[in-house]
Amino acid sequence: MSMLHIVNKSALDRNSLEACVNHTIKGATILMIEDAVYSAMKNTASSSMVEGAMKDVSVAVLGPDLKARGISEEKLIDGVTVVDYAGFVELTTKNDTVQSWL
Amino acid sequence: MADVKKFLYVNRKAPYGTIYAWESLEVVLIGAAFDQDVALAFIDDGVYQLVKGQDTKEIGMKNFSPTYSALGDYDINKIYVEKESLEARGLTIDDLQHLVWEDEDDDWAEKDSIKIVTASEMAEIMDQSEVVLSF
Repeated sequence: MSMLHIVNKSALDRNSLEACVNHTIKGATILMIEDAVYSAMKNTASSSMVEGAMKDVSVAVLGPDLKARGISEEKLIDGVTVVDYAGFVELTTKNDTVQSWL
Repeated sequence: MADVKKFLYVNRKAPYGTIYAWESLEVVLIGAAFDQDVALAFIDDGVYQLVKGQDTKEIGMKNFSPTYSALGDYDINKIYVEKESLEARGLTIDDLQHLVWEDEDDDWAEKDSIKIVTASEMAEIMDQSEVVLSF
């Protein structure tokens, strides 16, 4: 079984990403959308948590939400994948289940 | 003018995910019409509001970030951004919009509006404010 975890809150404002990371197993994917896209950036107070999680899970970030917030792809943690809306849909179909961390 | 108070607008939310940032900007602009002494504080996720290069075309929302550059025209030129908040988010002043105002007492010289301050300096700014509005 593979699960897609969707997070939409800033990790420096809410603990939903931390809760998510603590409940993922190997092979899962975390998709960061809306205010969670900031959590895909390197050199932040939450980067090490995400980098640690990436040993077991893949991390994707929604491109349109990054662009809206003025965050360029060079600022992202190495290994984070940028997806568009079609890629978002593909992730939901490729995984068996989807969980949103509200 | 009599009865001028020191207003401080405190911004702690990222733009777009919630309506706080935009609402704050609207209130600041409305308040500007009342000739008060206005200052803006950006702390925590609020610093994301000033990040340059925002492009909201693909999310179908209004990009209100260009409005920050109009604040100088409303004599709003005290924009305090907290150093610790920027650092925790991997950002520097170079990632922010360059906001300026024209000083009429100095031959309309263009001056920077953004000032980076520490958390303790921000505490002083808050302490010296007479009206604090939080977003």
